[in-house]
Order: sequence, then structure tokens, then C-alpha cells
Amino acid sequence: MKILTGNDLVTGDVTWWTGDGWSRHIEHAVDVDSQGEAIAAAEEAARRVNGPYVIQATMTEAGPRPAHIKDRIRAVGPTVRPDLGLKPADPTIGDWVI
Amino acid sequence: MGDLIRFRDDETHEEPAVTLDSFLEQSNATAIRLEPTDDPRALIPFLDRLSLIEVAFPKFRDGRGFSIASILREAGYTGELRAAGDILVDQIVPLRRCGFDAILSEAEIDREVAAKLAALYGNVYQKTVDGRAPVWARRSDPTHG
Amino acid sequence: MYRYDDYDQAIVDARVEEFRDQTRRRLAGELSEDQFKPLRLMNGLYLQLHAYMLRVAIPYGTLSAPQMRMLAHIARTYDKDYGHFTTRQNLQYNWIKLADAPDILAQLATVQMHAIQTSGNCIRNISSDQYAGAAAAEVEDPRPWAELLRQWSTFHPEFLFLPRKFKIAVVACEEDRTAVQLHDIGLQLHRNDSGEVGFRVFVGGGMGRTPMIAPVIREFLPKAQLISYLEACLRVYNRFGRRDNLYKARIKILVHELGADEYRRQVEEEFLHTQTLGLDAPQAEFERIAAGFAPPAFETGLSDDVDRSDPDFAVWLDKQVAAHKAPGYAIVNISLKPTDGIPGDASSAQIDLMADLAEAYSFGELRITHAQNVVLPHVRKADLQAIWQKLDAAGLATPNLDLIGDIIACPGLDYCSLANARSIPLAQKIAGRFGDLERQRDLGELKIKISGCINACGHHHAGHIGILGVDRKGEENYQLSFGGSGAEDASLAKIIGPGFSEDGVVEAIEKAVGVYTSLRADGERFLDTYRRVGEAPFKEAIYG
Ligand code: HEM
Ligand code: SF4
Repeated sequence: MKILTGNDLVTGDVTWWTGDGWSRHIEHAVDVDSQGEAIAAAEEAARRVNGPYVIQATMTEAGPRPAHIKDRIRAVGPTVRPDLGLKPADPTIGDWVI
Repeated sequence: MGDLIRFRDDETHEEPAVTLDSFLEQSNATAIRLEPTDDPRALIPFLDRLSLIEVAFPKFRDGRGFSIASILREAGYTGELRAAGDILVDQIVPLRRCGFDAILSEAEIDREVAAKLAALYGNVYQKTVDGRAPVWARRSDPTHG
Repeated sequence: MYRYDDYDQAIVDARVEEFRDQTRRRLAGELSEDQFKPLRLMNGLYLQLHAYMLRVAIPYGTLSAPQMRMLAHIARTYDKDYGHFTTRQNLQYNWIKLADAPDILAQLATVQMHAIQTSGNCIRNISSDQYAGAAAAEVEDPRPWAELLRQWSTFHPEFLFLPRKFKIAVVACEEDRTAVQLHDIGLQLHRNDSGEVGFRVFVGGGMGRTPMIAPVIREFLPKAQLISYLEACLRVYNRFGRRDNLYKARIKILVHELGADEYRRQVEEEFLHTQTLGLDAPQAEFERIAAGFAPPAFETGLSDDVDRSDPDFAVWLDKQVAAHKAPGYAIVNISLKPTDGIPGDASSAQIDLMADLAEAYSFGELRITHAQNVVLPHVRKADLQAIWQKLDAAGLATPNLDLIGDIIACPGLDYCSLANARSIPLAQKIAGRFGDLERQRDLGELKIKISGCINACGHHHAGHIGILGVDRKGEENYQLSFGGSGAEDASLAKIIGPGFSEDGVVEAIEKAVGVYTSLRADGERFLDTYRRVGEAPFKEAIYG
């Protein structure tokens, strides 16, 4: 699948396109198929996202899993500080990245 | 054509600007356009008969024009010195500090922002061709402009 | 320490206002990201993996206790309670909101700090020796010159859009703690044969994709001409440095392609001209700046004796404390490299504690080192034990200065959008493997430096062992190099062979260390042995 990601213009938070808006949680990301670039352009123009880009991902039980490690790290936060990521209660979240 | 802002009072120069090479071949033109790769010092013998030197900024990131302008002013050029091309409003202050007194920007320049920025920096650290007294001179003599 | 006068303050305040307006224009949609990016970068604001990142300058690595407290305050108020000290004597915040950035800069300005030119293709923060003003061997304090350069380079209109970033270091010892020869320009104060003090000028060093050690472009430059000479160096670079290829745009490539002799000739020619322009500030201005760096009021008649009866304290004392020029005083190195920590990271509470210690024991002064540690420069020997106890309680007393556990690591793929691989977990694994401090001490000085990509922010080219993260078919992989040094014996590390996984690197280092311990002669460091015996036995042990 293809999913769309970027950073929030104001906060810089990593966000994922949910079909009708942006979420910080990759679980909410939807397949954008061939629409990614068009959505990205419109959303960037509306200043709802900064630097959006389309990435490859695979659907897993736990939700979409980006093909590249960089985006997996973006999805969970720095692997060396799980306490600061989106799943602070799960100290093994870094393993999902690798 | 672009958006022209001039910081001088004389009439705008109408003669088309020629390239450095063609100027050096048949040198009766009074307006010239320098590319970032041109050597401004080639013009030194002719400065007093030039009334417009346009310096090209193909990309705003290309800062060679800042040195070209400084060199021309240091050599005593007093005619119009025009920065032409991809220029950000936020670059006008440093351009003027390097001796440019006209800006020809590809995109329209927001005059209000430009005025605000120009008013912001009353103090400068360096001595440049714009003749403003740097902070180090004002420190010893606060009456210094 | 130098204090801003009204002029300095006005300039920094103006910048805050300018940036506030630029941010407003961006948030209101008047500026696109393409237009805004160069403006925010000129104020050290990046967009990184998880948020905006703000890089704050710590000019020449010197800061006061109130400035240090402000860094903690900002970390606590606007970030996630910590900051990252970098190899360029800056501090990076990793979780900044764009809307907060102008307020943060305004707060920094209240303690005479800023983020001006901490990014962008301009003259960056001037770096210097963390022992400046405290080391016995220095010719004179280099910081007044660094401050002069800070002022000169701030918004220098001709040099804001150079071909590439530009990094200058100023030092005044033969012993080099700043990697002076790996800067775009390195300035070393020294005495010439007739006893005058002037600058040795190195131009064209750097790391990144094509590492180079800078050649000497001028052996002796009279101090009073520093600015007009640098104007000549920079003008030649601004006009002729390559702009066609980002990776060939640094001044090192220009100097290399022209040859040092031709670059020198062009600079000297331009210098003949710049000398006539009255660009150098008068001696009185220099003296005004230098007065700001007058030595603190050291007490006299202090004893040099230190009670070494506590063995843990004695270990720390031998490793972390360096000789000071004033009798009865010492220089304290605070380790930001606890074995399981993140190199260079400090929490707000730790930053506050270091500020408190500086206030109580070090004339209110602190330094940041390029090895991502902190220094208390002027401490009475009688206070060392009290300081050690407080550092120890805060996890800041790991006695590993310059040992295998004192690893330099860039943020890598945990934070950096340019990274190929993570740096920090690898640093932690290596430090963990060699966690036994007694073993570390036995191995002696061994500098490991890790970068997460070819940009070399972690100085891997200058590591006794350098590690570079690469992307191998989507997997993190690491290239190992040996024999680099960023000190006065500067050299570039050489790749030893094919790369490794994270665990493979740790094993390879274990083997390399084994070769060293079996071959070392008396008093030889890892680097010395490597240089003497060459790479063959190391290669054999690692790949054989
Ligand atoms: C996380 C955001 C960072 C980004 C995007 C970044 C980007 C870069 C880039 C692109 C270069 C290569 C420049 C060139 O070769 O022309 C570079 C070099 C460098 N950076 Fe960073 N960097 C970052 C963080 C850091 C940190 C945290 C440190 C200190 C630990 C640092 C210190 C350096 C140093 C010392 C160099 C080498 C200078 C040289 O090439 O001479 N940077 N950086
Ligand atoms: S070396 Fe690469 S990965 Fe590390 S901080 Fe620099 S740019 Fe990022």
C-alpha cells in the first residue's frame, strides 16, 4: 500500500493521512493509492501539513508498516527514548522498528 | 520584466544592458549586465562612463553578486548598481549594504515588509561600502552616524 | 566573560523581531516552505524526523551560569526536558514547535544568546578551546578574537550566501582540543621567531563526504589584520567556490582544486586590496572586548594538595581533572557519557545542576567541548571533592574522558532526517561492552566517533576508530575506519574493510582492541600502535 505522511506545520509533529485529515498515529493511515501527490499538494497549500510525501508500506495486524526504517522511526519516536514516543508504556517499541 | 525598486533619485536608465564580453569588444555602451562568473575588475578602467551595472542573481542562493557589487563600489563606481533576478525581500538589506541601490526582482516585492526590515537593523557590525559606521566606530564615538 | 553592550543587544533583539515576523508570514501563508526554509535555517531551525529542531549557538563554547539555566528553562518549558550538546559547541532541542520558536529566541536574547547563523551557507558559530583562559600552555586567551569574529560574521552582508556552510575555529595552544585543522578556517595563535603573537591560518579543512586536513595558508598573520585577511579569504571563496555541486561546494574543494599555493596567491592579492579599506576595528575596540575576558580573581596562596583517600574520587580526579594555569586551581571535565546514556544529552535538571556548580565553584563559567562534554574551567582544588559528590549523585561523574566509553555520536537516524543508520544505540552497545571502567582505563585513550551518514557530524573521519552508518538495501550497516585524529596530530581515518551490522561492529572493535593490547609498546595509545604496525594485523583479526 501507499500512505501519505508529513509534519504538522505549527507543531512539527509527524502526521499520517487518514482519508479525511491527519493523525499522529500511523494506525490511522489509509491507502492513498495514486491520489497521494494530489492530496499532498492540496493539503500543503492549505497549510495543514509541511513537507508531505508518499511512502510504501505493508498492511499488518498492527496497522500499516512503512517499508523504510526512517519512517518506522518517525512513527514511534526515537528508539533510544521510548518514554518520549507515542507508546511510552511499551519499552520494546523500538523492536518494531527493526 | 519584474518589480523594480530604486534607492536613487536620478532617472531610470533606458539603454539596454550589454554583456561584459560585448562591452569589452565595442565599449561605448553605458549599461552593462554582469553574470555571477564575470570579473567585475575588468570594468575598473571604464567605471566613470557607466551609468548602470546590472548584476544577475540566477538563484537567490547564489551570493556571488554580493562580492561583485562590493568590488565595484570599492573601486569607486557611483552609477546605478542593480541586483536583478531571483531576490527575496529578506535579502534587500544585505544587498544594499554591499552597494546595490536598485533591485529588480522577478517576483513582486512586498514594500511593507521591505520597509519594516530596513528599519529593523539600526546597528551593523561591519564596515562596508555603504558607508554606515559599524558598531565598533560608534562605540568610541556615539555621535557617529 | 564578554557581556553584550546596548549595540550587541539591539542587534540580537532585532533578529528576534525579524524572525517573529517571518514566522508569522509563514503561518499566515504569505511565505511558502521553499521561501521560509532559508530564513528559518539562518536561525538554526530545522525540520527533523519528529519535530522542528532548534540549534542554539554557544559562541566559542563559553557560557555563564544564568545562560546555562536558560538552556534548562527552555528545555523544560518548550521541549521534552533535555537538550543535546553537539560537536560544534551548540545545543540542539529536538521537539520545538514552530509557533514557539520566536518566543524561545526572545528568551535566549534576555541572557545574551541566539541561534543566529547556526545553519545555512554562512559563517557558523565560531568554535574554540574549552580550556581557553585556563590552560597553562596557551599563548593568550583566544576568545577575544573569537568574539571579534562572532561580531564581524554576524549578518556580514557579503557572506550570507556562500557556496556552503563555513566553520571557523580559534585556538591558542599547540595542543589541539578543537580539531582546528578540520575547519574551513582554523586560526592558531602562536609566537613567531621575533616573539610577536599572531595567527597561523589553516584554510580548507573539513569532514563530510570528502574529508581534508587544512594546509597552512599563512604562517604568520599580524593580529591587527585578522578581519581584512579573513575578508580576502572569504571573498575568494565566495566568488570562486563551486556552486554547481553541493558536495563540492566547501572551501576545502576550492583549495584542493586550485592548490594551496594558488589559493594563497589569490588571497594575498585580494588582501593587498582589503587592507586599504579600513575593515579592521581599532586596537581600542579589541581591548574593550578583551577586557570582557579578563581572568577571574583567582585567590592566591591556595594549596595544591587534594585528599585522595576515597578511591572512587581518586579515579575521577585522575581522569576528569586537568591542570590549570593558576596554582591551587584545576579544570573539571563533566562527562555527558554515562555508559547507558545518550552521548551529549543532558536533562534540564542536570543542566541546572551544572549551572549551580559553576556559580558556586567556577566563577560562574562553563564550557562546552567538541567531544560533547561540559567543563568547569576554574575550580579550586579544595572544592573538587564536593563537586565530584554532586556530579556523581546526578550521574555526571563517569570517569571516562577520552576513553573508549567517551564516544562522540551524532543524533543519527533516531532524530536526523538525513541519516542512514542510527548512531546512539551503537554508541550505547559499545560503551556497554566496555562498561568495566577499569578495563577502559587499561585501554587508555581511544576515541570512537560515530556518524549516521556521510555528512560526518559525529567526526568519524577523526576517530581513532571511526564508524559511519550506511544504508545497505534498507538495512542499517556500519563502516569501520581506523587511525584518524582530530588533535594536533590530525589524520584521517581509513576504511578497514567491508561493513558490519550493529553487533558486528561491537565484535570487530573487541578484536581490534585485542590486537592493540597484544602489540602495544610501553605508553602507546591505540592510535600510536595502529600507526606503528599498520592496518594489517587489525584487518587480519577482524576479517581473517
Ligand atoms: C540533526 C540535524 C543535523 C543536520 C541536518 C546536519 C547536517 C549536516 C550536513 C548536511 C553536513 C555536511 C556538510 C558538508 O559536508 O558540506 C554536516 C556536517 C557537520 N555537522 Fe551536522 N547536521 C545535524 C546535526 C549535527 C550535530 C548534532 C552535530 C554535532 C554532534 C553536527 C556537527 C557537524 C559537524 C562537526 C560537521 C562536519 C563539518 C565539516 O564537514 O567540516 N551536526 N551536518
Ligand atoms: S552525520 Fe548525518 S545522520 Fe548524523 S547528524 Fe549529521 S546529517 Fe544527521
